[in-house]
Amino acid sequence: MGKLNTTRNVTRPDDVYALLIEAHEGKTKEESDAFNARLILTLMNHIGDEEVIAEALKLAEG
Amino acid sequence: MSFQDRYTLAYKTYPYEKSPDQDLDQPVRHPVVVAGGGPVGMALALDLALKGTRVLVLDDHEGIGMGSRAICFAKRPLEILDRLGCAQPMVEKGVVWNLGKVFHHDDLIYEFNLLPEGGHKFPAFINLQQPYFEKFVLDHVRALQADGLPLEIRGKNRIDAVEQKNDRAVLTVMTPDGPYRVEADWVVACDGASSPIRGMLGLGFEGEVFKDSFLIADVRMKANFPTERWFWFDPPSGAGASQLLHKQPDDVWRIDFQIGWDVDRAEELKEENVRRRVADMIGQDVEFDLVWSSIYTFQCRRMTKFHNGRVIFAGDAAHQVSPFGARGANSGLQDTDNLAWKLKLILDGKATSKLLESYDIERIHGAEENILNSTRSTDFITPKSEISRVFRDAVLALAQRHDFARPFVNSGRLSVPCTYDGSPLNGPDALEGPARTRPGSPCPDAPLDGGFLIERLGDRTGADFQILGIDVDVPKAFEAHGIGCTVLSVSSKGNETLRERYLGDAESAVYLIRPDQHVAVRWPAWDADAVRAAIARACALEV
Ligand SMILES: Cc1cc2nc3c(=O)[nH]c(=O)nc-3n(C[C@H](O)[C@H](O)[C@H](O)COP(=O)(O)OP(=O)(O)OC[C@H]3O[C@@H](n4cnc5c(N)ncnc54)[C@H](O)[C@@H]3O)c2cc1C
Repeated sequence: MGKLNTTRNVTRPDDVYALLIEAHEGKTKEESDAFNARLILTLMNHIGDEEVIAEALKLAEG
Repeated sequence: MSFQDRYTLAYKTYPYEKSPDQDLDQPVRHPVVVAGGGPVGMALALDLALKGTRVLVLDDHEGIGMGSRAICFAKRPLEILDRLGCAQPMVEKGVVWNLGKVFHHDDLIYEFNLLPEGGHKFPAFINLQQPYFEKFVLDHVRALQADGLPLEIRGKNRIDAVEQKNDRAVLTVMTPDGPYRVEADWVVACDGASSPIRGMLGLGFEGEVFKDSFLIADVRMKANFPTERWFWFDPPSGAGASQLLHKQPDDVWRIDFQIGWDVDRAEELKEENVRRRVADMIGQDVEFDLVWSSIYTFQCRRMTKFHNGRVIFAGDAAHQVSPFGARGANSGLQDTDNLAWKLKLILDGKATSKLLESYDIERIHGAEENILNSTRSTDFITPKSEISRVFRDAVLALAQRHDFARPFVNSGRLSVPCTYDGSPLNGPDALEGPARTRPGSPCPDAPLDGGFLIERLGDRTGADFQILGIDVDVPKAFEAHGIGCTVLSVSSKGNETLRERYLGDAESAVYLIRPDQHVAVRWPAWDADAVRAAIARACALEV
């Protein structure tokens, strides 16, 4: 049990998911990859906490 | 003159009979002609006829089509049909279900319960083959016709042309005995997704077509699958990119296979190929009969306006959605619910056609909500780009182990009625009450005196409004601007459900409820002037 919030935390999941997919619309594979990288870095800054980020990285490993 | 059926009939319920009107030189004028006798047209005709309006239904076939198509009917349409008097046999015949399960490969990743709360007369959903559904409505119509219900159905009457005049529409109708003309104050076009009438008026139908196809098979088998909706992404059988399994009455199961865009339809529909897919899914040793199968591509689109002069569109003719979410027939029935009382008031001279503006506003709002939800589900099921598939697969992968990802899994968000937020018919909310009963909401059911609230709301045989007083004095009857109100006065004492759904923290409440059981306005106490003004507003009267 770490600091990463792994409980449901998004009020309107369909809306948020649609925002993400729409953001990628019309982008090439390269543009999408670059976009994702910028997005992850921005969200990392928002989180700030290194421990949380490390836990998220681990979770995403699967 | 050729008169080919476009589909096979399940029931030949209204065989062609020559009408005396066909031999007259002058077209006969009707208050309302309903064009198309599908589920939407028939429900609308029944609603209007129960309200005392003379209705003529014209359909180009002689009964109910064979293909099952819709199977999931939601609580709100059942409540509407209950008001019309024919929901009970549907619920008795139908398969009641609340639980949905979503699998990725073999793993259960998501579960939803559609109606976790009690106190409703009707279940969240029943499954019932569309032909049965239509048959129950028609049986009810036939029984009432024997008692003088002013509803006439003419089979093999195909509308071939529409002419709009200022105060009426003129239809050219083809029959096996040749063409004749019919006039109507109002034509309601319920002629389905490919609506010929929409074409005749040159009106558009814009939207999105999804680049995928679905093979739908109804099979009869003795199986022990539970009565739940089971959806697979990447099913272990490999029989489709996704798969849906759902129980219907008579030991029939609906199976959907997502088979891709570039398919040879004729090849896929060969019985041996359909049987092979089904066997791959349910097991090679399970015996089954193939009842019906078909291939569909899906689209989400709508007209920009549903009301065009003397012609009003409803159901699939006005809007079409992909079936994930069961929002097609279910939303079409809500169109009829919305339209019937408005047309009745207009025909009786109690309201003007200005009231129809609200039909457009409210039902376009509903259609948008349905299209949004169906589009998102379809995008999730058949991702339209590589990156969209990457995220979809990421959601599925995370959802296997992490609860937080499960709400993102979208295999269909099932039909719920829309709240007419922002409708010009709503008054300002004057009660500090629960959000679910705010103006514009469909009245949620609650237990009442050993029965249910929903049975006591709305007007079956007219277009009266309903006043609901809870823990407060209200008059025994009320009328304003020639529009009557029936009054229901109840106590919330010992009825926690009613309190929670209609009062919240408020001490008492007065609700003004429209004939379609939607809340128009609510107040903490009775105020005759406010009610009078609210009725005017809810009927778009200039006073
Ligand atoms: C595979 C599939 C699964 C579905 N599942 C569901 C579900 O689970 N739940 C749900 O709610 N919905 C579902 N739907 C949608 C549902 O079937 C439709 O929304 C519904 O049938 C629409 O009803 P309607 O009366 O508007 O049109 P239709 O049922 O298409 O009826 C139109 C009628 O008009 C007649 N007509 C056409 N042209 C003329 C003319 N020129 N003159 C006279 N008559 C004419 C036709 O013959 C027909 O009788 C599904 C659809 C499909 C394809």
